[in-house]
Amino acid sequence: MKKFLLFGLIVTLAACGGKKTGDSSSISLAGAGATFPQPYYDVAFKSYQDSTNTVVTYGGVGSGGGIRSLKDKIVDFGASDAFLSDKEIEKMPAQVVHVPTCMGAVVMAYNLPEVKDLKLTGEIVADIYLGKITKWNDARIAAINPGTSLPASVINPVYRSDGSGTTFVFSDYLSKVSPEFSEKVGTDKALKWPVGIAGKGNPGVAGTISQTAGAIGYIGSEYSFAQKLPVAQLKNQAGNFITPSTESISAAAAGELPADTRTMITNSSDPNAYPIACFTWIVLYKEQKYDDRTLQQAEATVKLLNWMTDAYAQGLTTRVHYSPLPESAVKNAKEILKSVTYNGQPILK
Amino acid sequence: MHSSLLLFSFHSKYKSQKSKMRDKIFKILLLLCSLIVLLICGGMVYSLVSGAVPAFSHFGIIDFITTSEWNPRPDHEEYGALSFIAGTVMTSFLALLFCIPFSLPVALFTGEYFRGTRVAMVISSVIELLAGIPSIVYGLWGFYTLRPIMVDLHLSAQGFGVLTASMVLAIMIIPYASSLSSEFISMVPRDLKEGAYSLGATRMEVIRYVIFPVSGSGVFASYVLALGRALGETMAVTMLIGNTNNIPNSLTATGNTMASVIANQFGEAEDLKLSSLIAIGLLLFLITAVINLIGKMIMTKFSKA
Repeated sequence: MKKFLLFGLIVTLAACGGKKTGDSSSISLAGAGATFPQPYYDVAFKSYQDSTNTVVTYGGVGSGGGIRSLKDKIVDFGASDAFLSDKEIEKMPAQVVHVPTCMGAVVMAYNLPEVKDLKLTGEIVADIYLGKITKWNDARIAAINPGTSLPASVINPVYRSDGSGTTFVFSDYLSKVSPEFSEKVGTDKALKWPVGIAGKGNPGVAGTISQTAGAIGYIGSEYSFAQKLPVAQLKNQAGNFITPSTESISAAAAGELPADTRTMITNSSDPNAYPIACFTWIVLYKEQKYDDRTLQQAEATVKLLNWMTDAYAQGLTTRVHYSPLPESAVKNAKEILKSVTYNGQPILK
Repeated sequence: MHSSLLLFSFHSKYKSQKSKMRDKIFKILLLLCSLIVLLICGGMVYSLVSGAVPAFSHFGIIDFITTSEWNPRPDHEEYGALSFIAGTVMTSFLALLFCIPFSLPVALFTGEYFRGTRVAMVISSVIELLAGIPSIVYGLWGFYTLRPIMVDLHLSAQGFGVLTASMVLAIMIIPYASSLSSEFISMVPRDLKEGAYSLGATRMEVIRYVIFPVSGSGVFASYVLALGRALGETMAVTMLIGNTNNIPNSLTATGNTMASVIANQFGEAEDLKLSSLIAIGLLLFLITAVINLIGKMIMTKFSKA
């Protein structure tokens, strides 16, 4: 009996030891930031972990929190829906690079049970949120929706109560198409809205819309696609009314992009583009040797991001209702990753 | 015989020494634990104050409290807490008002009329069950059930607002108010009540002239504590108040509360805005602390009397 116990003990110890060596060969990476791409990151990181033994944890703490965590160097990478402005980049302790990972859009969801197809323009949406258009049967809405009987009910605009990249992208677009909106409200993650009611997060806004007759609100496309909410077609710069879809969102980034990809792609000039599309980025330090960071850790970070821009990971985007990066953006992302160094030496060869 | 007695006394002396020692260690341990709690609380106050300093020094404490403007736009940044303070105070006091007609009868029922009976036990445990329901569940109930009713009654266009939030808040604080006040009501000395009955008083008269005067300050204190609870409630209120940054100008108007604006905006806030949110947190902390202190003071006064 004693012998048997001893044998058991040895086996257990051996098993533990074996597991330990397995753990030490696996690398763990940590990221934090935007909640918008989190469903995609969760799927992608899980898939990466299964094939490479690199464990990636991601905390959806919001874009601002992600950048703060990167600043404090407590994560390997931060994630943000809004690229860092020149001023914000200066505030970082070292040079950072932006790697686009996927695309999304902001869609206009509405609650008018009797209206199947609704067409809107950016100017009209801006005036609704400025409180200048207050009825659904307003002459300007009726003019672009011939043949649709619009109710005489009040429009209830809904916005985000929490700070959000979605609000940033939406207000960026409205500021581009409406000088008055730009002047009175402006572009930011949280704003002072003249009219409307607020809901917390996409679920809060979507819930408020679905429960309030005559409501309209802006929602992240990934959420609205998953929930199959009725959304309006928007007129793009070329004058076409575009339904938000994976293809029309990707089309928004098809044109020329700056080398560092730090650009807002709202109000795209592409004739097939949905006008309120956006990138989401992962931000990391250009020089990966900081604090007591090992080459192994730095390599793992860059390899992960390189894999994220590959065809397989990009293919995962549509499964969770995001849009893949167009070729031009993938090319730029790979160039950016090649510029990341460890002790002055490029990590990717 | 003699030696065994000696042994016994030695043994008991040794034992008492050992237990004294143990007592001492236990005392030190307790002291340490209490000190940690004090330290944590002190640390919280410190970090709140140090986080709030930039906002207070930028806007001035008085201006920060008396301004209702909340504009996060870069270059036009201006933050004031007044609309959130107004929203918090309005919802909490309204909730307190709504909760009295429900919690007071329950307290009388379980503390006086049916004291100690099975019915009272069932009712008080059901009421206490209300305290265990997570606030998000209250919020969802308010959002999907109460709000459409408000719309149907034409009380407000979308059903959001101070009134809806206060009604849900009232239900949430009923258990806090009723269980404590029931305790105080049941503590009224039997002699007093029996004396009143023997003088020919009816039950109503006993309640009015004996129970309320005696237990009054305790009951009042339990409502003050319930108010403290209502002030800090976040999730359910966020879902129902509409989250618009303005002073509510009517009962059905939308607004925002201190706890709710912090929960909503903290994630993406930076610099001055972050500091302003922390400052609001500090103000909320102070308001709740003062209200709790008042409640405790009244209660100790009552138990001494």
